[in-house]
Amino acid sequence: MSIWEYANPVKFLKLSDKVLPFFAGFSIIGLAIGLFWGFFFTPDDYRQGSTVKIIYLHVPAALMAINAWFMMLVASVIWLIRRHHVSALAAKAAAPIGVTMTMVALITGALWGQPMWGTWWAWDPRLTSFLILFLFYLGYVALWSAIDNPDTAADLTSMLCIVGSVFAILSRYAVNFWNQGLHQGASLSLDKEKNVADVFYQPLLFSIFGFVFLFLTLVLIGTRTEIRLRRTEALRLRKDRE
Amino acid sequence: MMALLQRDLILAIRAGGGFGLGMAFFLIVVVLVPLGIGPDMVILAKVSVGILWVGALLACVLSLDRIFSLDYDDGTLELLLTSPIPCEAVVAVKAFSHWTTTGLPLVIISPILGLFLGLQAGDLKWLFVSLFLGTPALSAIGAFGAALTVGIRRGGLLLSLIVLPLYIPTLVFGSIVASTGVADLSNNSALLILSAITLVAFSILPFASAVVLRINLR
Repeated sequence: MSIWEYANPVKFLKLSDKVLPFFAGFSIIGLAIGLFWGFFFTPDDYRQGSTVKIIYLHVPAALMAINAWFMMLVASVIWLIRRHHVSALAAKAAAPIGVTMTMVALITGALWGQPMWGTWWAWDPRLTSFLILFLFYLGYVALWSAIDNPDTAADLTSMLCIVGSVFAILSRYAVNFWNQGLHQGASLSLDKEKNVADVFYQPLLFSIFGFVFLFLTLVLIGTRTEIRLRRTEALRLRKDRE
Repeated sequence: MMALLQRDLILAIRAGGGFGLGMAFFLIVVVLVPLGIGPDMVILAKVSVGILWVGALLACVLSLDRIFSLDYDDGTLELLLTSPIPCEAVVAVKAFSHWTTTGLPLVIISPILGLFLGLQAGDLKWLFVSLFLGTPALSAIGAFGAALTVGIRRGGLLLSLIVLPLYIPTLVFGSIVASTGVADLSNNSALLILSAITLVAFSILPFASAVVLRINLR
């Protein structure tokens, strides 16, 4: 019994069928608690007023935008090494979700930045590197859709994901070098004693929990769709041959 | 390998090879920018380094599909991959010949174009140095992108969408080297990082490009 057993599409479909309702449920519960608590039962910040509440969308979306790319990288490496189709398809399914998360983070950030910084957009390192991440996602998605042969597409996009990761990290440091920041430091980190004030912190954790499961749910649904698409394609080809 | 380099260079320089088109494009960018933002030399001098770097980037991207696609279409590429030269070396040679035919001419004419954009004569050396150190990386990274899209019909736009984000670090450090140099500030660290990017891109990326090329010709 090992995890690789679920690289078999049939087993993967069975397992994901079972866990999907739970993941979706966790996601709804987490988002419901986090957002309701955050929006209606936390006080306004003494300087930012009620705009502080956008944190419950902005921070989790930004977190998932980066983690989605990381997941794609892991899935790509697994595909290149072990040739499990489920892995390649999971990377394919994660990309549009990552694009959406990046856009949510950028848009909520702009909405918050207008009243707080007095500008929708600034060429701040964090903002810029997110925009760059968005471009990397677009290139990746475009390459997937440009190639007909599914195995070639999976190989090439995996290579792009690996090389792109190196350059994405390099770009992150490059823009740090390039301009001083306006954006506050990380809202959450493991090595700091005090992050955001407790009143905002606790609902934020629920919201992040909800976003993580939202991402997992969407990736699973996307991967299942891709597997079935691949299967119908194979059936169609077989029928053509007969 | 020398024969391959010689062949690529001759093909590029002879008629129809597109040699000089990159230079002409670069010149047009430099003419269009002042027309777009006005003839004020002070403003132009401020943006000149960025304009020249972005122009070099675009001129490079436009000529990228020439690296592999012609050889792919007539089957030469398959012969090259079955030849005793390792695939990685083929990619490296092709990237190098791309640089000599597009990057190097840009580097050489960049001081003249810098004068058009209001840079002082003493500052031109920084523009020259930064482009000279940075453009080889553009060719090596571009060869990777060209290898990715070699099998795709009309992959030009896709190629630029994939390659331009990969150019960001080179662009940032290249323009930092030039602009801090022009402002008489210390630019040692940026200079070192830019050289490192070029060296790493030329020594490691050909391996990735070769993997991609083999996948495409499978």
